[in-house]
Amino acid sequence: MKKIINIQSYIYGITFFFITLSGFAQMPIFKRYYIADIPGLGWLADFYVTHLMHYIFAGIFIALVVYSIIDFIIFKMNFDHMRKDMVVRIVIFSGLILTGSLMVIKNFSGTPFPNGLIIGLDVFHLLFCMALIIFGLYQLIKGKKALLSE
Amino acid sequence: MSKKISRRAFLKGSITIAGSVAASATITTAANALTKEKKEPIATLIDISKCIGCEECVYACQESNADKFPNPEKPYPKMYPSRVPVEDWSQKQDVTDRLTPYNWLYIQHASAKIDGEEIELTIPRRCMHCDNPPCVKLCPWGSAKQEDNGLSRIDSDLCLGGAKCKTVCPWDIPERQTGTGIYLNLLPALAGNGVMYKCDRCYNLLEQGEVPACIEACPEDVQTIGPRSEILKQAHALAKEMNGYIYGEHENGGTNTIYVSPVPFDELNNSIEKGEGRPHLEKVDDKMASGNNIAKAMLIAPIAGIAAAAGKLYKATKEVV
Ligand code: SF4
Ligand code: SF4
Ligand code: SF4
Repeated sequence: MKKIINIQSYIYGITFFFITLSGFAQMPIFKRYYIADIPGLGWLADFYVTHLMHYIFAGIFIALVVYSIIDFIIFKMNFDHMRKDMVVRIVIFSGLILTGSLMVIKNFSGTPFPNGLIIGLDVFHLLFCMALIIFGLYQLIKGKKALLSE
Repeated sequence: MSKKISRRAFLKGSITIAGSVAASATITTAANALTKEKKEPIATLIDISKCIGCEECVYACQESNADKFPNPEKPYPKMYPSRVPVEDWSQKQDVTDRLTPYNWLYIQHASAKIDGEEIELTIPRRCMHCDNPPCVKLCPWGSAKQEDNGLSRIDSDLCLGGAKCKTVCPWDIPERQTGTGIYLNLLPALAGNGVMYKCDRCYNLLEQGEVPACIEACPEDVQTIGPRSEILKQAHALAKEMNGYIYGEHENGGTNTIYVSPVPFDELNNSIEKGEGRPHLEKVDDKMASGNNIAKAMLIAPIAGIAAAAGKLYKATKEVV
């Protein structure tokens, strides 16, 4: 069981890394700041490649989240003991998946999304991503502290 | 952790899985409905055989759109790192032999042979107004937009000038002017670099029921504007009549600019001058297609998650029995 959990968090880790990297690559920054000049990282400046990567890892992420939700409901359901950090994670994940899915639909030909909505989706997707990074760092620091105080 | 599972939990699990399947089916239906609700776009037909290269359209475009052109403030803020290029066209506003932030339409020259006879052709070039424009769809800020009538334009109040639209455009159409736009109010040294400009198909004239300035000004009626299906019919009839060729119908998955030429486009492409601000006439695959195909395949993602959970549930129930 422990092994399964480890594999699961390992896949989550890899997915987070690549989804965030390819997500940031949607902004024209990796070329400007020489990151795409590092040998082997040239693809970071290819918007079509990173776009595809972002989609693929988003698919993996959604599958993982759906699995975790059902797994939680069936095997571990205990809302009284739902930890605060789980609630935060649920809010951020839902926000990311909802805004992201709508953006995927937007990218098909002829989707009648008003421009204001598209701007909102762009901004909120980025904000949810920043929230996730900050929350991740917070947990990391907290986890470290807990380790040190033990 | 125990793998035992009660009958109640099993029922709960089945209901959850059924609910998830239903939810993912709803999303699919919504996505289908959204992609189907499409209005007929407006397209233009450009009959290359009629163009005499007088540049009336070029000057009409400049005049009609003068109030949309950039007014950069000097000195421009220093940008970091030093590789970030300063692109300044404000002192070269009269350039008409390529696309610039101050020239959204120009005339390309080509020579070709028809029946052994050498002819000169002139081709008006500007944004193609793609059916599914990567410049719009991939702009990270929503600064580029596509209107219901199929035209695409860049909002100069929102554009940061990162030029992603130019990079992803199969014809590298948008052109940058440094020293103007909203980036000046944010972090001009570190992010952004002006505003991107291109043909907006005179959206403001279209809103008033008028035709774009370049179409109005042409003495030879080179361009025709109308619903895409009608324009395509006309283009095919014209191509048949002159034994000619069509460009723009399928390029990048289809555009709203349909060229008809008496000479094959690869021949024209070999003859024209190409490079910065001078777009090619090559075949172009649908740039958004691979992403959108993966997106369709992604609909399987929630189902994969459900399947994995169902597998675990099945295994657990088997162990109870
Ligand atoms: S005004 Fe008409 S004929 Fe003259 S260059 Fe433009 S398209 Fe060609
Ligand atoms: S030709 Fe380029 S700039 Fe014009 S709509 Fe297509 S992608 Fe955008
Ligand atoms: S449609 Fe308007 S903006 Fe576009 S090239 Fe013609 S005159 Fe210029």
